[in-house]
Amino acid sequence: MSTPTQLPSFWSRLSLAFGTFFKTVGDAEFAARVRDDQVGPVAAPAPVAPAPAPAPVLLRETTPEAALQLLTLLQREARLIDFVHENLASYADADIGAAARVVHEGCARVLKDHFTIQPVRSEAEGARVTLEDGFDAASVRLTGNVVGKAPFKGTLSHRGWKAIDVRLPQLAKEHDASVLAPAEVEL
Amino acid sequence: MSARYAIGIDLGTTHSALSYVDLEASEGEQTAHGVLPVPQLTAPGTVEALPLLPSFLYLPHPDELAPGELALPWATDGEGAIAGEMARSRGATTPIRLVSSAKSWLCHPGVDRRAAILPADAPEEVTRVSPLEASTRYLAHLRQAWDHAHPEAPFDQQQVTVTIPASFDPGARELTAEAARNAGYASATLLEEPQAALYSWIQGSNGAWRKQVKAGDIVLVVDVGGGTSDFSLIAILERDGKLEPHRVAVGDHILLGGDNMDLALAHLVARKVAANGTGLDAWQMRSLTYGCRAAKEHLLADATATTWPIVVPSRGSKLIGGSIRTELTRDEVTAFITDGFFPRVEASARPATRARAGLTQLGLPYAQDAAITRHLASFLARQAGATAQLEGFEGRVSADHGFLHPSAVLFNGGVFKSAILAQRVMDTINDWLYMEGAEGARMLEGADLDLAVARGAAYYSYARRGGGVRIRGGTARSYYVGVESSMPAIPGMEPPIQALCVAPFGMEEGSELELPGQEFGLVVGEPVHFRFFGSTTRRQDAIGEVLDFWGPDELHEQNEIQATLPLEGRSPGEVVQVKLHALATEAGTLELAAVARDGQRWKVEFDVRSTSEQ
Repeated sequence: MSTPTQLPSFWSRLSLAFGTFFKTVGDAEFAARVRDDQVGPVAAPAPVAPAPAPAPVLLRETTPEAALQLLTLLQREARLIDFVHENLASYADADIGAAARVVHEGCARVLKDHFTIQPVRSEAEGARVTLEDGFDAASVRLTGNVVGKAPFKGTLSHRGWKAIDVRLPQLAKEHDASVLAPAEVEL
Repeated sequence: MSARYAIGIDLGTTHSALSYVDLEASEGEQTAHGVLPVPQLTAPGTVEALPLLPSFLYLPHPDELAPGELALPWATDGEGAIAGEMARSRGATTPIRLVSSAKSWLCHPGVDRRAAILPADAPEEVTRVSPLEASTRYLAHLRQAWDHAHPEAPFDQQQVTVTIPASFDPGARELTAEAARNAGYASATLLEEPQAALYSWIQGSNGAWRKQVKAGDIVLVVDVGGGTSDFSLIAILERDGKLEPHRVAVGDHILLGGDNMDLALAHLVARKVAANGTGLDAWQMRSLTYGCRAAKEHLLADATATTWPIVVPSRGSKLIGGSIRTELTRDEVTAFITDGFFPRVEASARPATRARAGLTQLGLPYAQDAAITRHLASFLARQAGATAQLEGFEGRVSADHGFLHPSAVLFNGGVFKSAILAQRVMDTINDWLYMEGAEGARMLEGADLDLAVARGAAYYSYARRGGGVRIRGGTARSYYVGVESSMPAIPGMEPPIQALCVAPFGMEEGSELELPGQEFGLVVGEPVHFRFFGSTTRRQDAIGEVLDFWGPDELHEQNEIQATLPLEGRSPGEVVQVKLHALATEAGTLELAAVARDGQRWKVEFDVRSTSEQ
């Protein structure tokens, strides 16, 4: 195997790793390719397939940076990662409840400070609603007896949520977002 | 190029903010205004724009942060010291590198405010900063934030007002003006915070304020900020059919505020936790203080809640096992906050003072009595005659009145978000009024408690251009220099001194007065010191008046002042006859000048410690 002339940077490797992970889980053919790749464990010689024509890009990759940033905020304000990593089996509900206050208050603060979130539908849950022809299928999901043509009449079972505004902090150029919480050493 | 915006800056003890009025979109009392979100570091490498800039400065160790983590939108390499939210949160765990309450140090007469003394308890290797420099940093940060957001309207071309406590002495005012100059403010005007609060209220009412107050009203402004409490009295006059507010009195400097209340509660709860065998470290104390503040706000906002839980998270990653759960009860809040800081006292109550231990001079001179209502009683009693000579107020004050009777009260500061506390102060004042047979005072509604000072300052910048209502009143103190009287010396006694009035009460800005008669001989090249006094109550003394004696509460001695004649073409030792001039500047400071017969002027310095003692 020849050495590639341009090695991918840390960020592209990280993004590559995430992408590969999900693709391996969700795409059996791709998983087979990974398995049969020279890097992964070799099972059987792969049959030589004709190179497929480049498919039009239908899916986009999201950057992990914003997700990491949100995790950092949730850890800093709400100790979410600490909380989720604990084994609840060994604690009484009262202890869990006390910690849940920290998590709840902190998460609420993060949502309030960094997002503007509104319900998709303003009606009360349980109310009868009518969806006219051409309604936004991305923001309203039809469930149950989905037949016929618009207008659809039904009961609102969940109002939905929509982020009107996102205000994530800006990051310095060299900032390593993968450190979700630095280790602390008291001198 | 003329200004497009009127900018107001609240340089607070714990928070600073920048507000503005768009001059092009404003007309008369209808103003278009906003608050600038201030980009600041909230964590290493993380910049967020928040409405408030915490007035904290963190001086990091060179190895403490990775390179590039201090970048700001206008400084890619950062600025060495960190201002704002990250400074506050970092400093809580490393207090030896945290500068806080720089503003309280700026008006501390016992220290050299230009010397690098902060943080007071920093070890040798930390490069300290002076109170002046710290204030400069906050002001510069706000300027850069503005320039970053408004490249089309550079900061130094706008009309800028910076607020100060009404109780600031001339030295502290001068230092604030100097900090503003050092921060690149081309021309900043100073405004007293209680006045700013009233301006904000006037602005917020969109003209309806004329229905809420009438001629003859006396508005008491009670401003309890994070670190200081400040009182002012503003009388409403009617001139040519127009209502005109006049600031008639200001209170003393009281280092006592909302942060003291949160800390008092945190210590109470910490003792409760310690009784169960759990000690708290500094980091946990900080989250406990935050928890107590939240609990206090809930309990003071909701009169039916009896307890509010507080959880102090563990420091390590074991959140569930390691967190400490406790609670704050209504009884505790009532005992500590409502009755501790706002007790229902008599009008004759006075704050307790005790003699200071000799070696405590290094710290800040915090108020020794936590009861804000007692400080208020003392203020109103001292100012009983404040309106006696005011046009339209003749005959309203009688000799039987033990204190000045306010007819309306305006609250300012986050503490009064609690209706219970505002009501307590109102009830206490109305008890006092009732006991003297006077009508109760009313509370002025619609104040914006957090951002009022910044907003009011922006409105003032706007009003100065002729756009809106202006508060009159001039300087709120009269000033005196001490001159030795010509009495024969008595062994064992200090020679008695007389006080010579050099600046009368109520000097309007832009006015200059010359001290008649008296000339001083100044020796060229040798500094001359004068003892210096201020009074918030002696309204009638004219310039040049000499007092032989005065009441114990009437005159307060300030830092001594100094005049130095530089050589400049004269020979050392030569004596020059000068007259003293007092000038109330347009910028809101007081200047004393020594003027020679030939018209040459030298400034008399208020803050002289650095040259006289080092």
